[in-house]
Amino acid sequence: MTKVFEKTKMLTDVPFHYCPGCTHGIAHRLVAECIEELGMCDKAVGIAPVGCAVFAYKYFNCDMYEASHGRAPSVATGAKRVHPENLVFTYQGDGDLASMGTAEIVHAAARGENISVIFINNAIYGMTGGQMAPTSIMGQVTTTSPYGRKKELNGMPVKMSEMLAVLDGSYYIERCSLHDVANIRKAKAAIKKAFRYQMEGKGFSMVELLSTCPTNWGMTPVKACEWLKENMIPYYPLGVKKEGSTL
Amino acid sequence: MAKKLMKGNEAIAEAAIKAGCRYFFGYPITPQNEIPEYMSRRMPQIGGTFVQAESEVSAINMVYGAAGAGARAMTSSSSPGISLKQEGISYIACSELPAVIVNMMRTGPGLGGILPSQGDYFQAVKGGGHGDYHLIVLAPSSIQEAADLIMDGFDLADIYRNPVMILGDGMIGQMMEPVEFKEPGKRPLPAKDWAATGWDGKSRKRAVINSLYIAAEEMEEVMARLKARYDEIEKKEKRVEEYMMDDAEVCITAYGTVARIAKSTAQKLRSEGIKAGVIRPITLWPFPSETYEKYCGQVDFFFDVEMSLGQMLEDVKLAVNGRKPVEFMGVVGGSVPTPNQIREKIMEVIRREK
Repeated sequence: MTKVFEKTKMLTDVPFHYCPGCTHGIAHRLVAECIEELGMCDKAVGIAPVGCAVFAYKYFNCDMYEASHGRAPSVATGAKRVHPENLVFTYQGDGDLASMGTAEIVHAAARGENISVIFINNAIYGMTGGQMAPTSIMGQVTTTSPYGRKKELNGMPVKMSEMLAVLDGSYYIERCSLHDVANIRKAKAAIKKAFRYQMEGKGFSMVELLSTCPTNWGMTPVKACEWLKENMIPYYPLGVKKEGSTL
Repeated sequence: MAKKLMKGNEAIAEAAIKAGCRYFFGYPITPQNEIPEYMSRRMPQIGGTFVQAESEVSAINMVYGAAGAGARAMTSSSSPGISLKQEGISYIACSELPAVIVNMMRTGPGLGGILPSQGDYFQAVKGGGHGDYHLIVLAPSSIQEAADLIMDGFDLADIYRNPVMILGDGMIGQMMEPVEFKEPGKRPLPAKDWAATGWDGKSRKRAVINSLYIAAEEMEEVMARLKARYDEIEKKEKRVEEYMMDDAEVCITAYGTVARIAKSTAQKLRSEGIKAGVIRPITLWPFPSETYEKYCGQVDFFFDVEMSLGQMLEDVKLAVNGRKPVEFMGVVGGSVPTPNQIREKIMEVIRREK
């Protein structure tokens, strides 16, 4: 029998702990496939965050770190400076990257650190049970914004990709979405481009992936994909925010 | 190699380079600025890396990244900055990574001041960060010793896969003394086959630099491994200087800068017919308790002097365990005690006891 599909060897056989319908599984597979397709299996080093993807070190079949909350870009800096030939990526959620680790991500980008960041934005804290994230959208109900996110009380959601795109150190920043097949394919192309730019020594790259959290959003997986499309994309427009150096 | 007159901070930086440190991650804070400044000059000359991080928090995590990649990595700071590093230090300890951290203590708590202090003893020796771990804490009392201990510190870190802290103070950092960089002895060091260097899928196990263990039995296993290592360090690595202790009746005890002054005090007291000696712990953890025990039958009392409200004092008392009085003199705020001030306090004790 001819084999028409095979799981990438850059994922281990450890079953994901992610909830049914969560897009982390898709994001993991895209990252792993890109590493394999670029022939970087023995050069890839990943940094897992604190949050839902905290166990990512069990799933990516390469050398891995588990970083403290928000500090993955600094850990990646240390790892990359010692072995510049490696393909170093962080995999961070919105609490990790856009709240606890804002200083680290901003300055890794400002330094033009030659690393790639996979940023999972699902507008909520998943691991701790559905609290408000810096990226929760206006009016979004979470366990710590039970009356919906309000501007007066909670401020406005942070657009990390736009924010990092204004830094001269950033080389490539793109926001993609994982809510349907066409967008998943675009996301994979973006991840591969980010990795390729790193291999070419271009500097800091980040791919933001709008993602779903059916469990904490309280929706079916299908409804969650619709909600993402209807509510997140209008606030977080997809597309390339920065590509190439202006200097 | 000829002796060279150097500032403590610069000697520490050069010693680290001589010890093979090629990755330094720092952030400015007085009184340790000469360390990152020196590293920023020297590292590019020798193919090393200096990064000025955006914060101490970031710098210690860069150390985590570089140490996890198998390199000899170091960071330095002073008290408030060391507080910021504690989270990272705890992760480094649990992830069993070798690294060297320098603390040039200044006065505190809070922002405190930039003058010398020994107020971070508890933080360095009793934990600092969260969880059940120990740093190997080395306390130099001269520039020469600071250079020697840095070189040793990198070896100790590699041998035990444990972070090492060099606990100095603003005085050690800022004063100048002649220093000779001895060629570091060749010690057998374990291979870093655990490092995240990129994995070919066969030549070793996949490297995972991690401190997360959700299952109780896994965490217990890690803690058992750490405990066994701590026991071994306590058995093998205690270092202490005994100064004129042979016939001493008064034992002054102090570490770092204050120990030098304690020695001058002992000489002064001896010239007045009082048999004084000094116990100077060089490793603050592991603490050389046995040395104190040894003299409990011989001395009339112990006299602990610190630039703090009394921190090492607790370890001295535990070692003496009630067998002899332990007196204390604390100088805080940034001034350094003079031999005469210490002598006065000791004479008060002697007069009181008579």
